[in-house]
Amino acid sequence: MNAATHTVTRAEVCAAACADLFRGDGEIVAAAVAGFVPMLGSRLARSTFAPDLLTTDGGPALSGEPVPLGASAATVEGWLPFRDHLWLVLNGRRHVVMGPSQIDAHGNTNISCIGEWERPTRQLLGVRGGPGNTLLNPTSYWVPKHSTRVFTEKVDMVSGVGWDRGAHEIRRVVSNLAVLDFDTPDRRMRLRSVHPGVSVADVAAATGFELIVPDEVPETRLPDAGELRIMREELDPKGLREREVPS
Amino acid sequence: MSSKVLSIEKVVGSLESGMTLGIGGWGSRRKPMALVRAICLSPITDLTVVTYGGPDVGLLCAAGKVRRLVTAFVTMDSIPLEPHFRQARQSGTIELTEYDEGMFMFGLYAAAHRLPFLPTPVGLGSDVLRNNPELKTIRSPYEDRRELVAVPALTMDAALVHMNRADARGNAQYLGPDPYMDDLFAKAADRTYVSCERLVDTEDFAKEGPVQSLLISRAHVTGVVETPNGAHFTDCAPDFGRDEKFQKLYAQSAADPEKWAEFSDRFLSGDEAAYQDAVRVWREENR
Repeated sequence: MNAATHTVTRAEVCAAACADLFRGDGEIVAAAVAGFVPMLGSRLARSTFAPDLLTTDGGPALSGEPVPLGASAATVEGWLPFRDHLWLVLNGRRHVVMGPSQIDAHGNTNISCIGEWERPTRQLLGVRGGPGNTLLNPTSYWVPKHSTRVFTEKVDMVSGVGWDRGAHEIRRVVSNLAVLDFDTPDRRMRLRSVHPGVSVADVAAATGFELIVPDEVPETRLPDAGELRIMREELDPKGLREREVPS
Repeated sequence: MSSKVLSIEKVVGSLESGMTLGIGGWGSRRKPMALVRAICLSPITDLTVVTYGGPDVGLLCAAGKVRRLVTAFVTMDSIPLEPHFRQARQSGTIELTEYDEGMFMFGLYAAAHRLPFLPTPVGLGSDVLRNNPELKTIRSPYEDRRELVAVPALTMDAALVHMNRADARGNAQYLGPDPYMDDLFAKAADRTYVSCERLVDTEDFAKEGPVQSLLISRAHVTGVVETPNGAHFTDCAPDFGRDEKFQKLYAQSAADPEKWAEFSDRFLSGDEAAYQDAVRVWREENR
């Protein structure tokens, strides 16, 4: 381990794992709406191994280059107002990263409300674009605080469909503890890797359903020196990633 | 050419209890807040509100004006959850029709084009279909035989939108980065009222923005009202951004009955001019 990797933060591991979500996606729009870390990850992917990816500045501008978090695009290569985002959902050239309030073992998610829909105990956002995103686009999830409140046996309202309800593709879930995927025969959630410093038992304890755990669980990869430099000096010099995932 | 310029009171006076009312904008962006504030002070009640919801929904819920809300979300963007909407849902005081954002847009397109519905796969597999049993699916009549949701037209008695500029004829221009769905609301509703930051002469539209920024045609507009700072505290780029400090005050007040009484008394008890004055004084105090 060299000096640079020695000081890698958990947020940076998460951002690199979010970047990896877009590997092989080609010339599509990365709609990483779930938070700073996945937004950073999508721009990091574009800055490194996925140069064809289209990214936004958080508004309707498709930026000519990956822009730093919080900045607006200096060069604009395209325009994607909300109506065109919604067309693009149907068109399919899009990979979305959403933030679930609840997610179950098949990747069904809820951002609408907690409790009975007719009269919820906690009203949240509403379904937003969840039903369309999950049915028609590759979808991944970002969970900044992995807990049994989020990873639940059953979601109270299915706002995003999982593998057992016709999802196009629920690719992965990146949390502050681990990376999870659905590479199992019945598409149940599997532990893909644990972040450095996290044990398999930690993840299992913070998950409210039985997770598929392979015999060997690797550690999530560390961002390399080039990725660290891009994150720290170019894409997130203010360190917004660290606010979302305190180390 | 006769003028369609009205006062806020005239616009609100032409609305009735029990109506289905569309509201343009998106979340906490370019909302016709001056008109919404005036509805809150009026005797109108029992509304079905159709909107991509923000603090407009919150204010109307707090004032007890909403019977049913048709939406995909209610959010204030920089503050994710809307306290008044949450209270209304959690106390069961409003009914809800909850669609996916794209389904909602297809409902607007259907209404704007006088179609009974538009088909989309969106919604299949999700609880949107369970919670809206009136939604029907159809099969493609072509070889694919695909099952699709027939999203019914979101027809409305009236719509309110807020634009950057408008002329006395009812043409309206947006100058910000996103038109949202405001033109669709205008075409979908039986009557549309445009509030604007500034009324301009028709020949001055070209000085303000390119021809593509003329989003809404007078053919779809019943009345126009000039309401400077009328989208406050929502975003109205490029005239002004969201008043984040004030929105925070709103959200904190809305989450606490005592603070809400104070906030209402200070900002929402008078007409639009009184509101704008109160906001100016508050700003001076909170420099």
